[in-house]
Amino acid sequence: MKRGLSEVLAGNAYDPTRLVQILRGMMELEGYISPSVITEIAAALDLPRSAVEGVAGFYSFFETEPRGRYRVHFSDNITDELQGSVELRQRLLDAFHLELGEVSRDGRLSVKLTSCTGMCDQGPAMLVNGRPIARLTPARIGAICSLIRGGSPVDQWPENLFTVDTHLERADRLLSTPIPPGAAIDAALARGAAETLAVVRRSELRGRGGAGFGTGQKWTACAAAPGPDRYVVCNADEGEPGTFKDRVLLMHHADALIEGMTVAGLAIGARKGFIYLRAEYPFLKPTLEATLAARRAAGLLGKDIRGQRGFDFDVDLHMGAGAYVCGEETALLESLEGRRGIPRNRPPYPVTHGYLGRPTVVNNVETLIATAQIALFGDEWFRTLGTPRSAGTRVLSVSGDVARPGIYEYPFGVTVSQVLADAGAERTQAVQVSGPSGTLLARKEFGRRIAFEDVPSAGAFMVFDESRDMVRVVDNFARFFAHESCGFCTPCRVGTTLVKQMMGHLVAGQGSRRHLKDLARVSKVMKQTSQCGLGGTAGNPILDGLEKFEPAFYGRLPSLEVRPVFDLDASLAPAREATGRDDAGAHLDPERG
Amino acid sequence: MMPPTPTAAPVPRPTFQLDDHQVPFTPGQTVIQAALAAGIYIPHLCHHPDFAPHGSCKVCTCRINGRMATSCTFPAAEGLQVESEAPEVQALRRDLVQFLFTEGNHFCPSCEQSGDCKLQAVAYDLGLLTGHYNPLFPDRPVDASHSDVLLDTNRCILCELCVRASATMDGKSIFALSGRGITKHLVVNAESGRLGDTILAVTDKAMSVCPVGALIRKRQGFRVPIGQRTYDAAPIREIAVQGAATAPGTGGQTP
Repeated sequence: MKRGLSEVLAGNAYDPTRLVQILRGMMELEGYISPSVITEIAAALDLPRSAVEGVAGFYSFFETEPRGRYRVHFSDNITDELQGSVELRQRLLDAFHLELGEVSRDGRLSVKLTSCTGMCDQGPAMLVNGRPIARLTPARIGAICSLIRGGSPVDQWPENLFTVDTHLERADRLLSTPIPPGAAIDAALARGAAETLAVVRRSELRGRGGAGFGTGQKWTACAAAPGPDRYVVCNADEGEPGTFKDRVLLMHHADALIEGMTVAGLAIGARKGFIYLRAEYPFLKPTLEATLAARRAAGLLGKDIRGQRGFDFDVDLHMGAGAYVCGEETALLESLEGRRGIPRNRPPYPVTHGYLGRPTVVNNVETLIATAQIALFGDEWFRTLGTPRSAGTRVLSVSGDVARPGIYEYPFGVTVSQVLADAGAERTQAVQVSGPSGTLLARKEFGRRIAFEDVPSAGAFMVFDESRDMVRVVDNFARFFAHESCGFCTPCRVGTTLVKQMMGHLVAGQGSRRHLKDLARVSKVMKQTSQCGLGGTAGNPILDGLEKFEPAFYGRLPSLEVRPVFDLDASLAPAREATGRDDAGAHLDPERG
Repeated sequence: MMPPTPTAAPVPRPTFQLDDHQVPFTPGQTVIQAALAAGIYIPHLCHHPDFAPHGSCKVCTCRINGRMATSCTFPAAEGLQVESEAPEVQALRRDLVQFLFTEGNHFCPSCEQSGDCKLQAVAYDLGLLTGHYNPLFPDRPVDASHSDVLLDTNRCILCELCVRASATMDGKSIFALSGRGITKHLVVNAESGRLGDTILAVTDKAMSVCPVGALIRKRQGFRVPIGQRTYDAAPIREIAVQGAATAPGTGGQTP
């Protein structure tokens, strides 16, 4: 057996549900997952080899071919682009005479793009062998080039490269109400499971992950579902571009999060919980593991919690491997069970058929922290903030063209213009609320409110000033969805690629009116027929962009007449490169018109 | 749709509305199962009566109680309002089938499956004349390493029927999917990646469920002449309903 593999397998108890963790272990050891390793893992776990190959091929951070000893992923969110990531990326590539996607000849370096790494308030950002480096500048890129040339292991690089800052700009109730460890559990124990469910229901807390489903209803349905085991899953797979609030919550409020999970465990009768943490946040792993260990030592996790006989609950940490779709709760459960992150057919819903087919509650980080506070301070306290249909507060991740990017917490109902003013935004032309899957707002809509009854938000708030080209913004989102589509259903798999292709034509100046028509048409097909929210929302930025920034899109058309997409002169570029010529005579039509 | 024979006390079956029909169903059936059993065709590709609902191709999308949903995964229920032939629904299906033609390399005139191909037959049923979108022309492999079977992934529409058949009926798990998004592709259960190194047999159920020409039996080419093939005799709209009315499992429960 391959060296190290048996340790990785043993460390994961030869458990097929831990396949994603096992493959992560092999990536750390070898930098890629070779065909023979796939065969050995399949045999050891008694899985079909083809199934293991399918999982290895699904996640962005798994490589099935040798890559560089230094694997660089540049974060490709629009906020990284606005902060100059394209130029910085080129600087690194030029230093090693490399093209994007290639491995250098000496096997030293490979560079790829990845979706938003959650560093929008301190971008541009990259990952080196999985570890994030934020606040990239030409000087930092230069230092990184030297380190790569010097060949020192990433673990020995200066720590200051890897620091992640917290920009907490506005705290409201969630962020400023600490919970003494165990206090919320005590309150829930005193109240009992049934009354705890009732309090969470009465609080009218709605899920903070985006869909806004009532947390109390979810817990109650799960508690009522038949079955011997139940599970609590914390969705910490914060992947929506422009969102980084869970990163801050996990860093500074891990205790409250696990307290909330434990309260959920008590309320629904679960003995086991999972935190599914996105791969881009490996630096949070030690914090979370230390918090879990401390809570076990203090009798807040494990057997007979707080001395209550039979109240057993513990939490496992699972890492993702680069797949936005795993933020969708049923795809997350598939991944947690060691499979490709494909959204399930619903019904049945996770509350009755979740992890391993058992009743499961899946909640966002912010939601679970709120439930701990509700358990301690009660539902009336919680409802005193917010709007009639959106109780409590919302933690926003503000980035883009603002003076003070960072975390802003407001009671629900805050206007977009209030957030813009507080963050120091000027000459703003657009705000993308809730990320690419959310709503693109134009200036005339800045009076609207962040709330489930007006503009719902999963936390992202990306700001674009008048200097920005909105077609490029939408193009970035189109590339994001095509990169992250899981490919299960036809509309999303093909639709996101068609949209990316047509936006590419538009940006390259080869668009036509037919493209604008087809962009809308494909977007509507995706919206109406996709399997899950990814495809269901992938058309949002296109439809919003075409409606609200129509002149920008029409301005990209070289002509209102029909034009062929095929550019004869551009297709001769390889010949020009081969002959080293780029003079007028080497172009078919120098005027290109 | 005939009333039951009046010997025993008649227990009326529950029904739902599908376009102009009242469709009876057995609890546990999906909308498409009940429809096909009642002789009403709903276009589909990844649905197969012998397998659990899958819901990936989305071609069987209907408007159910006002919202678009796949009829192959939607449980039949009393009083549902299902629209299948509405122009907006048919337009969505046309786009979805055009997406499939755009995504792969489908050259019907030179394909051995022409006339037996469900993708082609559904396209005719929907009245498609062109693929409309710019073809993606993907670079996909052909695997001729198996002695009896040709795997041409250019024609694969990723319905997973071979994956499901091999896993659940043949007990071999020869096929699986890898990659994701537009790079999703079929893989086979061999380190070499070659079909010839798997234990696939030409008699496997996986060999008989491919709706297109991705899995082809060798040495059978054009044994049945073009013009005398399955959908030359009658359109899929008629054949699928004959098949569904007699196929085992269609009217029964599905997990």
